[in-house]
Amino acid sequence: MRHMKLRYPLLLILVAILMAALAACGDDDGDAAASGGRLDTVKDRGNLIIAGRTDLAGFGFLDSSGKNVGFDIDLGRAVAAAIFGDPNAIEVRPISASERGPTIQSGEVDVLTRNVTWTSTRDSQWGNYTTIMFYDGQGFMVRADSGFESALDLDGVTACVTSGTTTELNLADFFRQNGLALETVVFEDTASVYGAYESGRCDVTTSDKSQLAAIRSGFASPGDHKILPETISKEPLTPVVPHGDDQWFDLVKTVMWVLINAEEMGVTQANVDSMVTSDNIAIRRMLGAEGEFGQADLGLDADFAVDVIKAVGNYGEIYDRYMGPNGISFELPRQSNELWLNGGLIYAPPLK
Amino acid sequence: MLTYRGIPLWRDVRVLQAIGQLVSVVFVVSLLVFFVANLRSAADERGLSLGFDFLGQEAGFPIGESVIDYDPGDSFLHAFAVGIINTLKAAVLGVLLATVLGIVVGLARLSSNWLVRNLAGVYIQIIRNVPLLVQLFFWYFAVFQALPLVQQAIRLPGPVYLSNRGLFFVSPQATPSFDAWVAYLAAALAVAAALRFALRWREQRTGRPSHAVVGPWLAFAAIAAAGWLAADGSPVVRNVPVLGEFNFAGGGRITPEFGALLVGLVLYTGAFIAEIVRAGVQSVSRGQREAALAVGLSNAQTTRLVIFPQALRVIVPPLISQYLNLTKNSSLAVAIAYPELFTVGRTMINQAGRALPIFLLIMAAYLAMSLTWAAVGNLYNRRVQMVER
Repeated sequence: MRHMKLRYPLLLILVAILMAALAACGDDDGDAAASGGRLDTVKDRGNLIIAGRTDLAGFGFLDSSGKNVGFDIDLGRAVAAAIFGDPNAIEVRPISASERGPTIQSGEVDVLTRNVTWTSTRDSQWGNYTTIMFYDGQGFMVRADSGFESALDLDGVTACVTSGTTTELNLADFFRQNGLALETVVFEDTASVYGAYESGRCDVTTSDKSQLAAIRSGFASPGDHKILPETISKEPLTPVVPHGDDQWFDLVKTVMWVLINAEEMGVTQANVDSMVTSDNIAIRRMLGAEGEFGQADLGLDADFAVDVIKAVGNYGEIYDRYMGPNGISFELPRQSNELWLNGGLIYAPPLK
Repeated sequence: MLTYRGIPLWRDVRVLQAIGQLVSVVFVVSLLVFFVANLRSAADERGLSLGFDFLGQEAGFPIGESVIDYDPGDSFLHAFAVGIINTLKAAVLGVLLATVLGIVVGLARLSSNWLVRNLAGVYIQIIRNVPLLVQLFFWYFAVFQALPLVQQAIRLPGPVYLSNRGLFFVSPQATPSFDAWVAYLAAALAVAAALRFALRWREQRTGRPSHAVVGPWLAFAAIAAAGWLAADGSPVVRNVPVLGEFNFAGGGRITPEFGALLVGLVLYTGAFIAEIVRAGVQSVSRGQREAALAVGLSNAQTTRLVIFPQALRVIVPPLISQYLNLTKNSSLAVAIAYPELFTVGRTMINQAGRALPIFLLIMAAYLAMSLTWAAVGNLYNRRVQMVER
């Protein structure tokens, strides 16, 4: 009996040690980024991690030298330039459409900029949507010799579509709404969607019109395919940041506003250095030469906008680089993506 | 005076063992508690919801093919059920075909014919050594997608139409008089079963040949035919696929997605099963075959009645694990657009925005399927093993 008394304290001590060890592990695991302070995490890491893509001309693709470039990628590079003064301090993780939600929900990337449509469900579930950077809408692409003139002719067709997209939902809504019969083939991988469409598995493929234009430009003979006139949805493409960090949310938003305001004020990659001494107060303020518009609270240098514009140019320059008249990908008229001053929808709050 | 003080506590094996076990249990339980707590706190921090109430909401997305009726207006739960049933369809058909293929190839590998033996060997080596995902891509994009357009479909007798929209074939279709015929079929089945029982009994009692196999079949066919003639119009008609504006309508269909998945899974798993069958047959000692041949059994009878029952003891356990593999491998269909459980689940994750609960559901569904396979397999295994003395 004397020994029995000893047994329990011994065990208790062992358990206590174990628990302490586990608790310590738990503390180490505390994710600073998730509970605020993502900017510090990014600075400590030394680069910005964005989720993008490598397979869509114009938005995220590999150029002839194998570099990942595009409209979406440049938005990420602008954020990297704002923080580090270096647009190349960035890691792009290519993900599929259906990986977008979990990727940003888990906070494993700092910014998600991969043709993400802003919807209310996604806003409440996925992360914080910053500022609409591209106004798009869903359309249909068919073979030119198919005889289809309107989306309402598409009764009984087979459609190829990417899984986990708003496109998929709009497609179902549109056909149900109009009482049209539909068969779908849903792929995880965007390249497979268009491969199957091109081989004739589907009569029609559907996506955002900008994406269809991009894909069509990459087909063996683009003239054999046409995009139907109807736009069946609103697709506001917007960079997303993880939930739960207001400073980071504001920072990314402000960088986007700088891009738009710069175009509005005529500040370009070429003239940004001379614009620092411009006699326009708003321009000097944006470039950090006078006053303050919140840079300090965001944790950025006063003249971060200079770095941003030097690195990627203003909004219009980014657009034109890929989709302008001499763009490297294809030409897509700006239409809704013109500045509000020119009758478009691109509008950003003032930098004050 | 000498008193026995016993073994000191720290050297008592029973005490040390008890402590060891307690510590292990505490460690495992703490680890689990830690994981769950970590999951909950991470989910809280990031505002992820862990509830399952979203399952009742409208799914909204289309699904390419389904055994049960499905419409994008149905719930997420319904969509998930479509995925499960599509997986089961691929798994059950795949297991049946892979087993047949595996047995044939496994026996061919042991054939005395040089060509047959080596052809089987080449098939096994190639298929087993190329990743299944690569094979699925090959079947889907290089074979099924390369078939002619639907307007130029290949017409085979039947008629069967083959195009890159899939395989369309004539299927039986019930007419209103089908229900009446079912009663005749049931009666035919009952009569045939009774007849078989009676004839076997007679055969065993008297030793006279009583046609215990042919007799019941004839009785069944006779009653079924009588029912067919008695019915008001034929109870089953041919449903022939007809080419419409964009696609065939009517008849039965195997979509390219399902076809590629089935072919890929069957060929892949079949190769493994063939090796298992070969190993099982070779595990039966040569003396068994020689003895069977010596008492006058034919080659086929020897294989069927002597070798195979004994080989099954070796074959069944690894065979079950191949069935599990096939079921789980069907999730690779996510790459070739067949809407099985994992494909539908992934879409749900994005459309509902609930990654954690849906992943748990997907895992639970696969686990349930695998455990069911394993339970059925183990039951059969027990029966086979009982043969042993």
